[in-house]
Amino acid sequence: MRKTRYAAAAVAAVAALTLSACGGGDSPESEGGGGGEGGGETLRIGIKFDQPGLGYDEGGSYSGFDVDVAKYVAAELGVSEENIEFVEAPSANRENLLANEQVDMIFATYSITDTRKETVDFAGPYFVAGQDLLVPTDSDITGPEDLEGKNLCSVTGSTSAQKIKDQYPGVQLVEQPGYAECVTAMGGGQIDAVTTDDIILAGLAAQEANAGKFKVVGNTFSEENYGVGLPKGSDRCGDINSAITKMIGDGSWEEAITSNTEGADYTYNAELNPPTPEPCA
Amino acid sequence: MEDYLSLFETYDVLAAFWVNIQLSFWAAICALIIGTVLALFRISPIPSLQWFGAAYVNIFRNTPLTIILAFGFLGLFSVMQISLAADLNASLFRIAIVGLSVYHAAFVCEAIRSGVNTVPLGQAEAARAIGLSFLPAARLIILPQAFRGAIAPLGNVLIALIKNSTVAAAGSVATEASSLMKTMIEFRSDLVIPIFLTFALGFVILVIPIGLLTTWASRKLAVAR
Repeated sequence: MRKTRYAAAAVAAVAALTLSACGGGDSPESEGGGGGEGGGETLRIGIKFDQPGLGYDEGGSYSGFDVDVAKYVAAELGVSEENIEFVEAPSANRENLLANEQVDMIFATYSITDTRKETVDFAGPYFVAGQDLLVPTDSDITGPEDLEGKNLCSVTGSTSAQKIKDQYPGVQLVEQPGYAECVTAMGGGQIDAVTTDDIILAGLAAQEANAGKFKVVGNTFSEENYGVGLPKGSDRCGDINSAITKMIGDGSWEEAITSNTEGADYTYNAELNPPTPEPCA
Repeated sequence: MEDYLSLFETYDVLAAFWVNIQLSFWAAICALIIGTVLALFRISPIPSLQWFGAAYVNIFRNTPLTIILAFGFLGLFSVMQISLAADLNASLFRIAIVGLSVYHAAFVCEAIRSGVNTVPLGQAEAARAIGLSFLPAARLIILPQAFRGAIAPLGNVLIALIKNSTVAAAGSVATEASSLMKTMIEFRSDLVIPIFLTFALGFVILVIPIGLLTTWASRKLAVAR
């Protein structure tokens, strides 16, 4: 009996490691379900489920800027809202989801990089974010130069964390599994600032529980082009790009940003935004 | 293949595994000490100590490790502002060791108790008959035989502990192996599967010798009856 228990513990440990690598890999009922009912074409879209203001699961309904852009683009592609199936796409899993065709496209704070272009295609960008800092409202930190000797929090394995390690070695970096933990710790006073892309920070600051406590510094020190991830060789890129251009043109883009960051006292970098989608490969 | 090998120039995989080994080493020692004391409590003739031992085991064995380590970061570090070292990351490292220790102590306690069950009742009665009270009897007669009977289950706990040390990521120890794996996947998404297999293999290499060693030792050291 006892042996079984330890064996179970060991199995659980292995499972935890496996799951952390492939978390969300199984997209429930995504195959085979759509086509028959409803008649219209269904679209499986990968989004974040845990980033308020961008892609956030509110118990079955989804909100955020990524979600709004995804819905607009889907509508332009002729897919109505009820035929969209949102699938969770955690950062480490995005390439796999696309390569295995478990999703048709991904809107999940997905920065366009050359390494990623080797395995996936990108449409867009639909937003240009930049790494920034979130600090308590009464903080006097105005940029990364003020962080020397301060405690900074970011997410384990993120581009933002790596950039700080490389460029600001004097900063004490704490890495947590999610931004929510970082913000909670900052609320406790042990963390002086949280860093990642400005729009993610704005989404966190705009959450009801955090209203008025934190501010986005507004001094970006990187450029992240958020693109739409597509399976390699997809033919949808051109249509998505024209949908994005249309969304920017008719004001819905601006409206989506404003409504999703309301209360955060946030303005996007107007020099780089709104972006012009890159021509498709 | 060249792409894959270049990973090892950019990322120090061995250093990451070394962090897991350090975490496991210190946590194993602390867990063994706490677990032995708990096992003594559970086999002691004093009801309040028995109750405490049973309560500890049931609470910590049934709490997910991630929650214990997240509590270490959010509760102990952030809210109660407890610091175990002057340096921030050293402090978080030690808090993670505390979390791993208190969790695995519950399993160590049960492993030792299973070892105690292999000691025939006559041994305890004989110890009592020559005038030894509980502690000397436990120290001289019961525990030495119990440890020899508990080597295999203790080895299993150690194996679980080594793999569970990756959960320290939840306690902000971001230099350990699973965190490095996340970083590598973030930057080298073109090599997801080789990266994943590398880390899986790393743990297999760490764990297999322990399994072989404990199986051998449990045979070699078992009390012949």
